[in-house]
Amino acid sequence: MTMPSEGTVEKELLDFLHVRTKTVWEEDTDLFAAGGLSSLFAMELVVHLEKSYGIAIRGADLRLDNFRTVTGMAALVRRLRAAAGDGGE
Amino acid sequence: MSENNAGDAPNAHRLTILGAGVMGVGIATLAVGHGVPVALIDVDQAKRAEAEARIAHELRLAGLMGALPDDVPTGELVISDSLSDAAGSTAVIEAVTEISELKEKVIAEVSVIVSPGTLLVSNTSSIPIDELASAAARPAELVGTHFMNPSYLIRTVEVIRGARTGEAAMDSVRALLTTLRRRPVVVRDAPGFVTSRVLHPMINDAARVVQEGTATAEDVDALMQGCLGHATGPLRTADLIGIDNLVDSLNVLYERTGDSGCRPCDLLLEKVRAGDIGRKSGRGFYEYEG
Ligand SMILES: NC(=O)c1ccc[n+]([C@@H]2O[C@H](COP(=O)([O-])OP(=O)(O)OC[C@H]3O[C@@H](n4cnc5c(N)ncnc54)[C@H](O)[C@@H]3O)[C@@H](O)[C@H]2O)c1
Repeated sequence: MTMPSEGTVEKELLDFLHVRTKTVWEEDTDLFAAGGLSSLFAMELVVHLEKSYGIAIRGADLRLDNFRTVTGMAALVRRLRAAAGDGGE
Repeated sequence: MSENNAGDAPNAHRLTILGAGVMGVGIATLAVGHGVPVALIDVDQAKRAEAEARIAHELRLAGLMGALPDDVPTGELVISDSLSDAAGSTAVIEAVTEISELKEKVIAEVSVIVSPGTLLVSNTSSIPIDELASAAARPAELVGTHFMNPSYLIRTVEVIRGARTGEAAMDSVRALLTTLRRRPVVVRDAPGFVTSRVLHPMINDAARVVQEGTATAEDVDALMQGCLGHATGPLRTADLIGIDNLVDSLNVLYERTGDSGCRPCDLLLEKVRAGDIGRKSGRGFYEYEG
């Protein structure tokens, strides 16, 4: 895999996952596939993203498919931050 | 194709839940998420103060997992310190602490507040329903349901028919569970029924294995998950249940069965003394955030 560069949402999320799950994940691994993380952990991710990036994840955005991979979560963060009008990382 | 068609309209029910702990909050989430209005009653001011935010959080988790119908408006929630708010409800679910005397007291009190014919439910983990029924003004109205945590993510519900539980109460509990889209499995009354009688001594053994230094909690769970297909692992399950509640339930089982496998092991007792009672305190066998 290509390593995400320092300071990106992807890197930060991989670090967070490593600390919280004591497992090294890749950006495009499905975290919730069989043998993966629990639904309660998914909610921890939602809260973490909201706190760390000052976003509110609501309505149709609040579904597990948006949190399955680091790539997907980073895209969601960027989209919601852009929508809130503060673009960059 | 909505499964709701099979049940009553959500607002045909008015549910009172006693106890705003892990289970009371979870069952309240399940109910309001299915459009059923809820009065949630707890004697503890701190529990009442945080209940609304916790239910909002759990509604989001349920939404995240696609566990709620999206065509049903959220049911009204009232949080109260007074049992008298149970008056007029169509069903009462008690989910107070797993101590017989406490449960008997709330069942006795609430059963004279509601009108005759109102469904009374105990969510006890292990206390035989017929024991609790003696406290009710009308024992035929009491049924056991054993919702699992989190009740809005787990579809199957163990339902316990006590020796004196009446047919009308069985019909009412089925109707309520249908509205909540749960799948009942009805069993007979006994200490711990089926799930606690099997699961709680197993978790006790898993903790004993850690206590004896055979393996870490992580490794016990990894083996039980990886080799035996246990969904979350017994020690992660202990944290999810709440180790204080688990110990109470094991004591109930031990007192009534004499099975020494049900006597809570030292490691569980130590964790309760230290306040490391699982997810709800932020630490048990594992650490939790948020
Ligand atoms: N935790 C689980 O996974 C689980 C699963 C199935 C069944 N249960 C059973 O559900 C019941 C509740 O368990 P829990 O885990 O929510 O416990 P908990 O300790 O989290 O909550 C119990 C609540 O009851 C309240 N309470 C005590 N006396 C009261 C009274 N007189 N009136 C109103 N409220 C009162 C307490 O203040 C507390 O908030 C127990 O019988 C337990 O065995 C628990």
